[in-house]
Amino acid sequence: MPVSLMLLLTAGVLIACGVYLILERTLTRIILGIVLAGNGVNLLFIVAAGRPGKPPFEGTAPAEDMTDPLPFAMVLTAIVITLGITAFGVALSYRAWQLFGHDEVPDDVEDRRVLRRSQRRSGMDEDPEDPGSQGLSEESRRGALLHSQGHRARRDPLGTDLSGAEDAPQDYTEADEREDVRRGRETEAGGR
Amino acid sequence: MSADMLLALPVMLPLMGAAMALLLRHHARLQMWVSILTLVAILASALVMARSVLEVGILVLQIGRWTPQLGIVLVADRLTVIMLVVSSVVTLAVLVYSSAQTVSESAEKTPVAIYHPTYLVLVAGVCNAFLAGDLFNLYVGFEVLLASSYVLLTLGGSASRIRAATTYVIVSLLSSVIFLAGIAAVYAAVGTVNLAELAVRLDGLAPGTRMTLELVLLVAFAIKAAIFPLSAWLPDSYPTAPAPVTAVFAGLLTKVGIYAIIRLETLLFPASQTSTLLLVAAGLSLVVGILGAVAQTDLKRVLSFTLVSHMGFMLFGIGMSTRLSMGTTIYYVAHHITVQSTLFLAAGLIEQRGGTTNLGRLGGLAKLAPVIAVLFFIPAMNLSGIPPLSGFIGKVGLIEAGIRVDTPASWTLVAISAITSLLTLYAIAKIWNRAFWQEPEEDFVQGLAPVPRVMTGATAALVGASLLLTVFAGPLIDFADDAGRAVLERTPYVSAVLGDEAAAELVYRIGDEGEKIGDGDEEVQR
Repeated sequence: MPVSLMLLLTAGVLIACGVYLILERTLTRIILGIVLAGNGVNLLFIVAAGRPGKPPFEGTAPAEDMTDPLPFAMVLTAIVITLGITAFGVALSYRAWQLFGHDEVPDDVEDRRVLRRSQRRSGMDEDPEDPGSQGLSEESRRGALLHSQGHRARRDPLGTDLSGAEDAPQDYTEADEREDVRRGRETEAGGR
Repeated sequence: MSADMLLALPVMLPLMGAAMALLLRHHARLQMWVSILTLVAILASALVMARSVLEVGILVLQIGRWTPQLGIVLVADRLTVIMLVVSSVVTLAVLVYSSAQTVSESAEKTPVAIYHPTYLVLVAGVCNAFLAGDLFNLYVGFEVLLASSYVLLTLGGSASRIRAATTYVIVSLLSSVIFLAGIAAVYAAVGTVNLAELAVRLDGLAPGTRMTLELVLLVAFAIKAAIFPLSAWLPDSYPTAPAPVTAVFAGLLTKVGIYAIIRLETLLFPASQTSTLLLVAAGLSLVVGILGAVAQTDLKRVLSFTLVSHMGFMLFGIGMSTRLSMGTTIYYVAHHITVQSTLFLAAGLIEQRGGTTNLGRLGGLAKLAPVIAVLFFIPAMNLSGIPPLSGFIGKVGLIEAGIRVDTPASWTLVAISAITSLLTLYAIAKIWNRAFWQEPEEDFVQGLAPVPRVMTGATAALVGASLLLTVFAGPLIDFADDAGRAVLERTPYVSAVLGDEAAAELVYRIGDEGEKIGDGDEEVQR
């Protein structure tokens, strides 16, 4: 099957750029990366359609001269799906920005527990200036929205919400342990 | 109306129900009844479909009377039917369970109006994925269920749910892109996406090309099924969702991935070189998942990690692909959908009663909530494989299949399976000690809330359904065995969709002992 080199190259570049953006930490860039990679994959379908030919209308040309219409039908479906999902992703990152003042993808719960435990052990826990930075500057982390609304930025946006939000996984985190220490049940907390 | 038309119902009914539920968004009670009736209708149609599959064999519906090569085909064989019946029972029970929650006091916190329509669309996506007769329709089914799962996971848009959903959405989007790339590659290689036709044409490809196509699709499905190296997203995202949503996700969404892997490894790429890879991934899933579960201190997170771990059992069966292992795997999938959903519903009951799922805070529930204790105990024992429950039957079948295959890899997997079962029991015992036997604290006892009777009833119904899997294990295993044999032979599926001439062109099939049998019936390779 002869294929167009231009299409393949374009698809390759798009997917490469997409992968690069997906490796970023902010959700907006990741969404852009997914859009790019998705478009690259859509081009692959056009490649899969083979040689371009006559429009595929019944009776206008012999069947072997026509373009294969099936991949185009699939690409259209894929485009529509990507559009809808992208809209959801952008809404998600907007909501994250509303809530946290940034749309950085967080470390998972386990990683944060491990980080906090190591901080606590080395006595770094009391340092309010170190929220376990993940690459964004403190300024952008604090977020423009919270400032504009006159809210004080929370000291540790990644830490407090572990036990702060009411429907957060009620993990036995360091926050609980500290609470226990306050109640004078240090031994029991250590035992867990 | 012929029996074939039934195939459209499990996809059409929930979509129409979703539209009606959306129109009725201001009448919560009416909306609830519309959703429940829709799911009852789906269950009924799945049962009727099961009967006609038993009587007349594989059902095929060509939508719009296009030929199977060009149009959309829905196919129901025994494997599809067993998945449909189990999943419609589970979705119905979960919806009844959540109806108590959504109508009561949490109404302000979660927008009920969109819960029911989205839930129905999710069911449509799951059914479509099970029925899909071509790769692209499978992709559409996946996308429908994923899109609605995004919405269900972020219900209410609270901080923790947004955080959990972020990871989930990114990982799922990535897997969709990979899946789509795989479809494009398959189409470029053989010029069709129809599963039956693919089975015929892929047999003739060069081994290198086959391997590439298979691995791309396998990665896409393994992300959805949460197989070990690709499973990190699951324990992080599922526990934050509302209990009924987690239950249906844990029970169904990962099993859709497993279903796709079964089709991939039997119909499209029978007994391929990747079976060792599958066994390795299965072993790692079992070990890493269960060690994660043991380390957790939150009930829902423990259950999420056991979910990752037990996906390994099913992959173990698929990797061996003998007749015994395939039949047992299908039985195990049915068992696991039911039991895992029940456990998450029971966890929801505990959360409702005690206000938390933190094992450090829970306590004394054996005395304070004896009914919940029973409803948690039975599926928990079932999950860890205590005889005579269905989990035990499934695990024994898999271990026996592993011993019969008799290779170093399968013996290793047998050992890992046994150890994982014991560690599951340990994780469950840990939950039991903390939540049910530990001396409760003063403020915990005072904070206890009553549990709506509907929630308890729905959980009890699912516990009953999981016990039915044990009581009727004999006929069910026969059914699963037939399903497994048909899946391994490949010819029934292809001849039902394309006719006998196409089926005669199939080069390979898988024998009863998992060996790859070529055209002239000589053994090609183990």
